[in-house]
Amino acid sequence: MQERLLEIQGLHLNYKVYEGYLKVLNGVEFNIDKGEKVGLIGESGCGKTTTMRSIMRTLPSNAVITAGKILFKGKDILTASMDEVQSLRRNNISMIFQDPTAALNPVFKIEEIFSDIIRFSVRTSSKKLTKDEIKLKAVEALKAAALPDPERILQNYPIQLSGGMRQRVCIAMALISSNDLLIADEPGTNLDVTIEDQILRLLGNLVNERGTSIILISHALGAVKGLVDRVYVMYAGNMVEVAKTDDLFSDPLHPYTSNLFKTVPKLTGGGIPEAIKGRIPDYFDPPKGCRFCPRCDHAMPICEKETPTFKDMGDKHEVACFLYS
Amino acid sequence: MKLLPYIAKRLLYSIFVLLGLSILIFTLSRVIPGDPARLALGPMAPQWAVDQLREKLHLNDPLPIQYIIWLTNALRGDLGESIVSKRPVIEDVITFFPASFELVIFSTIISIALSVLIGAMAGRRANSLFDNLVRVFSYIGISVPTFVWAILFLFFFGYIWKMLPTLGQLSTEFTRPPFITGMMSIDALIVGDLGAFIDHFKHMILPSVTMSISRIAQDAKILRAGMIENLKKDYITSATSFGVPESRITFKYLMKPSIIPMVSIMGMEISGSMGGSFIIETIFNWPGFGRYGMWAMLNKDLNAIIASVMIVGAFFALINIVVDIIIAYLDPRIRMVERSA
Amino acid sequence: MNETRFRFLNEERKRELVKNWRKFSSNPLSIVGLISVLIVLFLAIFAPWVAPYPQSWGRWVDFNNVLKPPSWTNWMGTDNFGRDIMSRIFFGFRYDLMMAAAILVMVVPLGTILGLIAGYFSGTFIDTIIMRVTDVFLAIPSLVLALAICSLLEPSLFNSMMAVSVLWWPWYSRLSYGIAISLKNEYFVQASELIGASTPHILFREILPNCLSPIFTKMTLDVGWVILIGASLAFVGLGAQEPIPALGNMVSAGTKYMPDYWWMTIFPAIAIAFTILGFNLLGDGIRDLLAVEEV
Repeated sequence: MQERLLEIQGLHLNYKVYEGYLKVLNGVEFNIDKGEKVGLIGESGCGKTTTMRSIMRTLPSNAVITAGKILFKGKDILTASMDEVQSLRRNNISMIFQDPTAALNPVFKIEEIFSDIIRFSVRTSSKKLTKDEIKLKAVEALKAAALPDPERILQNYPIQLSGGMRQRVCIAMALISSNDLLIADEPGTNLDVTIEDQILRLLGNLVNERGTSIILISHALGAVKGLVDRVYVMYAGNMVEVAKTDDLFSDPLHPYTSNLFKTVPKLTGGGIPEAIKGRIPDYFDPPKGCRFCPRCDHAMPICEKETPTFKDMGDKHEVACFLYS
Repeated sequence: MKLLPYIAKRLLYSIFVLLGLSILIFTLSRVIPGDPARLALGPMAPQWAVDQLREKLHLNDPLPIQYIIWLTNALRGDLGESIVSKRPVIEDVITFFPASFELVIFSTIISIALSVLIGAMAGRRANSLFDNLVRVFSYIGISVPTFVWAILFLFFFGYIWKMLPTLGQLSTEFTRPPFITGMMSIDALIVGDLGAFIDHFKHMILPSVTMSISRIAQDAKILRAGMIENLKKDYITSATSFGVPESRITFKYLMKPSIIPMVSIMGMEISGSMGGSFIIETIFNWPGFGRYGMWAMLNKDLNAIIASVMIVGAFFALINIVVDIIIAYLDPRIRMVERSA
Repeated sequence: MNETRFRFLNEERKRELVKNWRKFSSNPLSIVGLISVLIVLFLAIFAPWVAPYPQSWGRWVDFNNVLKPPSWTNWMGTDNFGRDIMSRIFFGFRYDLMMAAAILVMVVPLGTILGLIAGYFSGTFIDTIIMRVTDVFLAIPSLVLALAICSLLEPSLFNSMMAVSVLWWPWYSRLSYGIAISLKNEYFVQASELIGASTPHILFREILPNCLSPIFTKMTLDVGWVILIGASLAFVGLGAQEPIPALGNMVSAGTKYMPDYWWMTIFPAIAIAFTILGFNLLGDGIRDLLAVEEV
């Protein structure tokens, strides 16, 4: 049995808006072991980023967590003191944001952004670093992210870098404080496909070298396939299925998962891929039972009334669907 | 960044704009009904004197010739004679401008300090009680005309509570420090007259606070909006998720991008204060350029009116160039675009 | 078929209106602004009927009631001619609003059209001429130019209106210029060019409609500014003259009687602030509603 690193139990989260509450997360269940690589897939707007931001405790001010726990090494992050959370952010977990352009402050040099991160991530561990040591650490991180000429990059503003370089800078930043867990939110999605591929490979190599766990959120189903051990499928604020990567792709159980795979265009041709009919539910007034029910071909009466929970189908393959109960 | 060519380009363009402004105001001053010479001499002067003056002022020449004569004189520093002070206008400008400049600078310091403080606190705690108070204050500050503030301050601080001196620059028991820079606070410090400095400083408070109120309101509003906007940006979330302390995020990562819009309207505001000084200095009897210009306008002192307009225009142009340089320093995005252009 | 479509459109429009109203009314400040503006408009339009002493608006002297403090008969007191301040304020709303309306009616079409033409023909000498002239007018704070022009003309309400108009149009040309430039290369403009639409058609039917919301927003916000400048001009004696009860010269007439007869100054001053505040709040509400970025 591997050591459990992070576990999310029954996380419910609402966003308060003018008209009332958007009920976004509806009992998210998630776990990741030490050194494990986990993928997270699902349509945009289904709560992937929100879940990750609750781990970092960087939710927008209108977010309200109504129930659930997030256990990191057995300790609940949600009830932890601010000091403990800061220590987690500085030493244990870090996050790579979707859009590297938005994630880099446009009016500061890369060096300034780095030096604060390094200074504070090291402050908790006994000694203070000198300016030169900080710079050395920054250069090391940039080198690790396969950036050429790190000294020059430190003197640049984000606007002077290309999209791919910005993404690598973000990864380098994340490397500094991610001793246990790296959360990568669709890295490289805004970039060329070839560069996206490079970025994902780089991430894969880095976590392998360092033995860090990674949660990789992605639209690129193929990329997830090559990189991670296990995949979670998320739909409208729920985890609907989880399995080892190969099992999931060869034998998807949840109707949403199989539909999701059908949308991927195939090189072998065969016309335009099918889209999933309908759209993500209105979080203001979501379906009472299974949230996928209005779009599901196999919907049953019970689906409208009750929310399905994870059921173990063997070999770490779990699915939340009444078809299998 | 290639700063010098940029400044040179801006200066050159400002000169063209100022030329246009001088044509506009000069033409207006010559096409109005009434004879400038008659205005200068008053209704009692005999006709021959008026004719003589018309000849002297080249008023019988066609308008373009008159303008060119005015312009060549102006470029040599001769802006004509004021009919109110009976002195060359340029001397009046040199005498009165520093006092206004002092007031504008002092009110700029007040407004930057207060608006940054208020705006940042309100922006970081959006929709709190403090934030709502700031919003209401902003609206009132922008909506109430300067002269109303001036009268209210005079009334309360000067007459009711008698806390601060209201009129002039210096109480009568102090001797005026010699005219060195023309800015009395600096002059008083140079000659080491601390009593005069403090007394002068007290005189400065009411007019400059009056001048600052609408600016504080405006700036705080812009800064608050910028901070609320930028607080949602990924780079702030990113900095938070790396455990950078909140105070550092607010005053470094949030402040710098949010303050740029505020700085960019500052040129407009500083010269707006210079414009506002026309009314404020008149009310507080501050012997500065604004009061001088106002006097000129109320007495139809044509040369002085043209000069006041041109001086304010030149001040506006210079301040805007300075502000643009500050912006380029603060915002690399603008600098980079400027370089590639 | 057509009828159902019509009904559908009406429904849609109604829903849109309700939605917009909800959005607008969600900000209490906008509602305050709307109500203030409505009050001022009402008092201005019906001043002769709602003013308790309508004769006070003009050259009227009542020596028995000179400089009376606020009381039940004269809520805001009387001035040095024995005229009722409150009645004069109601008429003052009239003059200030008329001034703002007249200026904007003159300025907005002129400025907008010049800006559109300059923007559409950007890069040509037409653009250069119009926009350089615009720059000249914007090269100096509005208040100073207004003061200067007013002082050169004979001070009067009409002349102060002319002065403010002369310096206000460039703001609108700059606004519509920016929009025209950005739309010039849009496909819908290029498409109309390709099918041979006339320049006026492109300017007024293709580009102009896209300028309307920012211009409308700017107009609402500008009412406050124009009243402010008009009041400042009247205050220094370069605008409306006695006995016209413009709010600015009521304040300035009162300053001579400060601080003993404070009501002569304070009430008109509050009236000015109230009007400008109302229009600013309303303007901001409209700006948020129309999602206009910069005005």
